[in-house]
Amino acid sequence: MAEAVHTTMEHPASAHAALQHHFENMEQQREAGTLGMWIFLVTEIMFFGGMFMAYILYRSYNADAFAAASNRLNVTMGFINTIVLICSSLTMALAVYYSQVGKRKMIVVMLILTMMLGTTFLVVKAFEYYDKYEKSEIPGRLFPSRPFNWYAEEEHGKQVTQEPARDAATERNPQAVPTGQEQKPDASFASRAEMFFFIYFAMTGIHALHMVIGIGMLIVLTIMAWRDRFSPEYHSPVELGGLYWHFVDIVWIFLFPLLYLLGAHGISGGH
Amino acid sequence: MIDAASMGGDLPVVPPKDNYINRAYSIKSWLLTKDHKRIAILYLITITFFFFLGGAFAVMIRLELLTPASDLVQPETYNKFFTMHGVVMIFLFLIPSVPATLGNFLVPLMIGAKDLAFPKINLLSWYILVIGGIFILYAVVAGGVDTGWTFYTPYSSTYSNTYVMAAAIGVFITGFSSILTGLNFIVTIHTMRAPGMTWYRLPLFIWSHYATSLIMVLGTPVVAVTILLVGLERVFRVGIFDPAIGGDPILFQHLFWFYSHPAVYIMLLPGMGVISELITAFSRKNMFGYKFVAYASLGIAIYGFLVWGHHMFTSGQSIYGSLVFSFLTYFVAIPSAIKVFNWTATLYRGSISYDTPMLYALGFIGFFLIGGTTGLFLAAIGLDIHVHDTYFVVAHFHYIMVGGTVMAYLGGLHYWWPKLTGRMYPEGWARLSALIIFVGFNLTFFPQFVVGYMGMPRRYAAYPDDPVWQMLNVLSTAGASILGAGYLLPMVYLPWSMRYGKYAPSNPWGATGLEWQTTSPPPTENFEETPVVTWEPYEYRPREEKVVVNKILPTD
Repeated sequence: MAEAVHTTMEHPASAHAALQHHFENMEQQREAGTLGMWIFLVTEIMFFGGMFMAYILYRSYNADAFAAASNRLNVTMGFINTIVLICSSLTMALAVYYSQVGKRKMIVVMLILTMMLGTTFLVVKAFEYYDKYEKSEIPGRLFPSRPFNWYAEEEHGKQVTQEPARDAATERNPQAVPTGQEQKPDASFASRAEMFFFIYFAMTGIHALHMVIGIGMLIVLTIMAWRDRFSPEYHSPVELGGLYWHFVDIVWIFLFPLLYLLGAHGISGGH
Repeated sequence: MIDAASMGGDLPVVPPKDNYINRAYSIKSWLLTKDHKRIAILYLITITFFFFLGGAFAVMIRLELLTPASDLVQPETYNKFFTMHGVVMIFLFLIPSVPATLGNFLVPLMIGAKDLAFPKINLLSWYILVIGGIFILYAVVAGGVDTGWTFYTPYSSTYSNTYVMAAAIGVFITGFSSILTGLNFIVTIHTMRAPGMTWYRLPLFIWSHYATSLIMVLGTPVVAVTILLVGLERVFRVGIFDPAIGGDPILFQHLFWFYSHPAVYIMLLPGMGVISELITAFSRKNMFGYKFVAYASLGIAIYGFLVWGHHMFTSGQSIYGSLVFSFLTYFVAIPSAIKVFNWTATLYRGSISYDTPMLYALGFIGFFLIGGTTGLFLAAIGLDIHVHDTYFVVAHFHYIMVGGTVMAYLGGLHYWWPKLTGRMYPEGWARLSALIIFVGFNLTFFPQFVVGYMGMPRRYAAYPDDPVWQMLNVLSTAGASILGAGYLLPMVYLPWSMRYGKYAPSNPWGATGLEWQTTSPPPTENFEETPVVTWEPYEYRPREEKVVVNKILPTD
């Protein structure tokens, strides 16, 4: 079974400079790194999985409120961000390709492009968050001056378009139908919409945190690429970074329809 | 293979000139080390500290329960004592106990590797544990937490005015230490086995650590996000588990126990791996049903994820859900029983010697048997409704966690102490302390089964003034004193032996694992030459007797 090969502890002088002391050869090192990254991504799936679980449960409880609250999100901005992230996945994949064929300049260009697209995503996200702050749609009392208020726009006397989904909701919730008195109607409906916004901020916030970490990782990779550390023999850091970046993109691909498009069928009257 | 020299028989024992301990002496060389053996020692020191901190809270709990009235401390203070006992013991001692110390030290040695796959991440995992520990220590010093170690909502998220945030951040952070350790083990076991070290030649210690790592990697992120959501709920003042906005506190319990039940197996499985090593070494036999024991570890890890609902029989879960969880819980008994039967069968007609590690191993089997079978009582829905939240439950899980994990941890620590330090521990004192722990443990926790069955609830500072209840509680407190003395003894003689103990030979027990083929203590690179494995695991019986049918033997 085992051949009597006794390897010595020191690597021969011909070994690659990036070979760490405890690995036998580059192949073993690469395999360990790749497996490690995939296992890490599994832990990430479990991490986001807890929140997806909560989303599934509460959406099934409060489909009406979730659809109405989803309509308050800016689908255009969400769509732009989706395109931006898909493009960043392309540039990241190209960076991995150029690291495999050993084109230093192109690796750097692609990594910088990826970073720029990632930053664009975060900037758009920041505008969306600020819009939610302005409209008092940040759940709870995180900003004591602007507690969550589902009816903030109506109270400010602005003309708001009546969301069809909300009408649908009140139809299905007889106790939530406005009574015509001065008191706030369907408070529970507003609270359940607040739950949507809590989930929205929790999930997109943690996703954005992953983007920030990813951009930090890209900076390190860019510096390494600039210093010509990668070659067709050794480029696994770029590959592992690519795996992580694609994972973060895929999370967004799930988040976008689940959070932004819930009310879409309501608008077209599909209820 | 074992020869006279490695057995250390008649040759004078001299310590190896160059080993991982004397390679460098500066503090920096320890704090920035990437050597898995040194990191294991760092973990050992850290979790010993937390063990005694958690133990101090246990002392306060037992003292309060000496008398029926709540007279030593206020009930609010008592709530903090049992919470901090649980948080410290579970997250800072039991979860890292065997894997982070013995596992860290032994996984590369046992598979013939030079280090874990990611040495820097290994060091990082220790720092993460320390940082998480500091947050929890801050919560303890600043005024404590009173939610119970389970952090049940809505109490933890809305009502408790104690230092929940600090403790929750601490638990969140320590989780990543566990994830990184598990990740490192899985990758190491997959990619770094020595030539000839096939899966079925791995020691069972490795199999059980592999199974443990699967739970760490799959379960811990879930509790991390759950704790994070509780933290966000305290920040936003509303949240996912808040009924005021349509949230469901039961969802917290589901997510929490999805990790925290498998976490019991994170604590227990590595201990089972230790016991497999000890039983074979001290009965001089190969493992009975090696593959069954190996797959039982994986079975426990997988089934462990399907039984969390048995913590929620009385919390508003659907009765049909409870039925399924009850049924699945019985299933976990099968792989657990396979292990107990196979250990017993290994002992049968073995040449048993009662060295200290073996005393711990035999104690483990007995305690695990009691703890495991009472677990089946609790899996029965009807009986559980009677005894839920009583001292019956407390006694049950202490038989598993203290009687199981701590016994295995101490047994393993004694067994590998010569390898860790290069010195032998004093056998007489060690046997004495093992016996004291055995007696003290039973005296502490067996009366709790009785008083729990009588209906004494857990988590109360006071209990009815009933002479029988008080007698049982006094017995328990007396036992705890004996147990404490038993734990203090190794704290004295183990450090003593590091300076005054006899030098240990490479293989003081005549055991078969690869870790015994290198010097004690091993050099930083673990082996002079990468070993090539040509033998089956636990070959304690002479090789000639083995009959191998239809198998091409290696020509070495």
